[in-house]
Amino acid sequence: MYTSLTNRRSFIKKMAVLSAMTAAASMFPGIVFASEQENGIPDGDLEWKKGPCRFCGVGCGILVGVENGKAIAVKGDPNSSVNKGLLCVKGYHQIMCTQASDRLTHALVKKNGTYVKTPINEALDIVANKMKSTIEQHGKDAVAMYTSGQSTIPEGYVASKLMKGAIGTNNLDCNARLCMASAVAGFLTTFGADEPMGCYDDIDHADYFITWGNNMAEMHPVLFSRMLEQKNRRGAKIIDFATRTTRSSMASDKSILFEPQTDLAVANAICYEIVNNGWVNTKFVEDHINFSKGLTDIGYGLEDKFKFSDKPTKISFEDYKEFLKDYTPEKVAKYSRVSVKDIKYLAAIYGDPNKKVVSYWCMGMNQHTRGTWMNNLMYNIHLLTGKISMPGNGPFSLTGQPSACGTAREVGTFTHKLPKGVVMNKKHRELAAKIWKVPVENIPSKPTYHTTEMFRAVDRGDIKFIWTQVTNPLVSLPKTSRYRPGMEKDSCFVVVSDVFPTPTSDVADVILPASWHIEKSGLYGNSERRTQHWDKMVEGPGETTPDAWMTIEVAKRMGYGDLFPYSKENHVEEIYNEYKEFHAGAKHEMAPLEVLKEESGVIWPYVDGKSTQWRFNAKYDPACDNGKDFHFYGKPDGKAVIWQRPFEPAPETPDEEYPFWLNTGRVIEHWHTGSMTRRIPVLHKAMPNAYIEFHPDDANALGIRNGERIKITSRRGSCIMPASINERGLPTRGQVFAPFFDENLMINDVTIDAFCPISKEPDFKKCAVKVEKV
Amino acid sequence: MPIKSYLAHPKKGKRAELVNALSNLQECEVIPAENNDLLIVVTETSNKAQEDKLKETLETIDSLKMLSMVSGFNTSKND
Repeated sequence: MYTSLTNRRSFIKKMAVLSAMTAAASMFPGIVFASEQENGIPDGDLEWKKGPCRFCGVGCGILVGVENGKAIAVKGDPNSSVNKGLLCVKGYHQIMCTQASDRLTHALVKKNGTYVKTPINEALDIVANKMKSTIEQHGKDAVAMYTSGQSTIPEGYVASKLMKGAIGTNNLDCNARLCMASAVAGFLTTFGADEPMGCYDDIDHADYFITWGNNMAEMHPVLFSRMLEQKNRRGAKIIDFATRTTRSSMASDKSILFEPQTDLAVANAICYEIVNNGWVNTKFVEDHINFSKGLTDIGYGLEDKFKFSDKPTKISFEDYKEFLKDYTPEKVAKYSRVSVKDIKYLAAIYGDPNKKVVSYWCMGMNQHTRGTWMNNLMYNIHLLTGKISMPGNGPFSLTGQPSACGTAREVGTFTHKLPKGVVMNKKHRELAAKIWKVPVENIPSKPTYHTTEMFRAVDRGDIKFIWTQVTNPLVSLPKTSRYRPGMEKDSCFVVVSDVFPTPTSDVADVILPASWHIEKSGLYGNSERRTQHWDKMVEGPGETTPDAWMTIEVAKRMGYGDLFPYSKENHVEEIYNEYKEFHAGAKHEMAPLEVLKEESGVIWPYVDGKSTQWRFNAKYDPACDNGKDFHFYGKPDGKAVIWQRPFEPAPETPDEEYPFWLNTGRVIEHWHTGSMTRRIPVLHKAMPNAYIEFHPDDANALGIRNGERIKITSRRGSCIMPASINERGLPTRGQVFAPFFDENLMINDVTIDAFCPISKEPDFKKCAVKVEKV
Repeated sequence: MPIKSYLAHPKKGKRAELVNALSNLQECEVIPAENNDLLIVVTETSNKAQEDKLKETLETIDSLKMLSMVSGFNTSKND
């Protein structure tokens, strides 16, 4: 194709600008170049099509500029109340990955050890036949699907319908287990209803933002820029409470560091202070709260087939006060490394009835062997003070993926979930059976494999067929040193649907070429219960196909055609309208499709043409019907629960042999395992490889300099990375940090597969390692 | 034909002055951040000599506190 000199120079200039914007974004939290987004848009007759961003759980609205059938520009959607026209560097560059030269455009089937390009229909025949024959030979629990918080709502829905309704196995789980399961378990145990009660408009009202183990400047940059705007405009304060100094800490008013795992103790100490100083909102607690305790010393799930069920027992407020006496600031300061003064400072903010406080958290609290407890403790603080379900006051669990809420949690692609409720509940199974038009006996009443156990079952040979969609578990799972060889075994037939080759597709028997985001229609649901629809914007290359349609085609080939009567052209609409039936009613009503097509996202419950921004508050939520000011209607008696949850140590702590904590996470330039963002040249160039961060004192003591090759070893595996000192982040002494986006430098070969026994979410933030120069 | 991008930091309270000074240079394109005292500057010159001369000019701008280069491309005239 001819490119004029002017165009080439203009392209180079644009690359220079993008490099500078990316560099600025990595150095200055929340920085925004909104006008450049407008200026950088090519001239021409562009048609702008709306949708949500492909990447994180913030759910920014985007407008994609399409010309002659090609997507050539992206800008923030000014009509989206989420981002108000802003985008981060990932969002701005997102469509560039579709041009990658190694895009999967056709199905590939492994024959005699070599991948052979195969017509999509033939590949789907192979998948369906293999799934069917595996069930015939080994039973329905020998097949599994592993999907994603990046799957669209229709994709998650048909996967659930196929596995649970048609085949009749609960062998369906998703990668949201790795990021949001503790948040779900926290919501359900405290409120009996999943997902945050507030919304992003809280940012415009809060006096304080307290972030718990949450680097929002890099992970939720647009929300962080909104917080910074409030800080600059009206003096709102940001307090960063974390185990590592990050870009967020640097932009906050105050940074408080704690010893890994002791957030449990500090949260209890804050509650002690609230009670001890008379800051409890007594009327709120009397009217709306029950107190409970659960089992303690609950294990860490390190053994295969680990089982745990909590046994809740009601307690009194007096019992709870007695429990808190073990968590005085003076006692907790001794092992948390948080000073008494700082604990009292945090408690005083929450305890001040005249200050509005929003608490934000994400992976730090969820990827935790006591993640459910930690979520409960966060709610305890807000429930004791009555700072909840009001503009600017509330606990807000941020989600990581663009549809972890909409798909994984609301559709329910976890082993225990149904589109409404859980498989263990007879009424919920009956509703699903009615809408799906299957016998209720088809839906098993017991959950089977959560994510970690699913891949253990593959390794053991119990699962003989697995189909992964929109996810890259052989980079994102903990302890990949076990699960990669497990997936390579001949005992399991592996099908991988993806847009690009990944280490997971490297072990597949069949690779299915998936449509990318804007090459199909879909719906996502973000952190604030906002459902966002988009129409297909461009054609995908080759035989790329939407994941939902591939699932439907396999279902038809397996003989379930009657249950999947959707049309290829309109299956997204048809599926959404069927799915919507599950959530009828004021507590979770979804907006009609025609409204979603018109609006830049709509928050559920959508009742009488209006979104419910603050649930459980009678002033805003029409589902409240107890005649009181608040109604926690997820629980049978309408009351939320304050849980007595103690501090318990991590399963593995630094010792003489493995003297460092290892913490893992993300960087602003890359989306999770990097399969998309590493194919965007400007992002890849800005952050080409992973690294291991040291505190300068530790680096000095070990004689380590920036860029030197360091071997990081745990009891499970090792990897080698360049050292990073005083660059992106600053771990505390005795801690190292590595991002997990780099498939060539696999830190998850080192991490531990311990998980929260209630939520089954693994802890990627804490294990013990040793480090040595190589 | 060098094309380079820089992050430019203004002296305190001199953001508008710096935007103005840079915008007046024919070889410079300026993109200010919406919510931060930081500017992106993209320079486009014909050759190394002109590039060096521009750099000297930039260094004399009073409102400029610091200039750090992010990327540089050097294309041939026919490129």
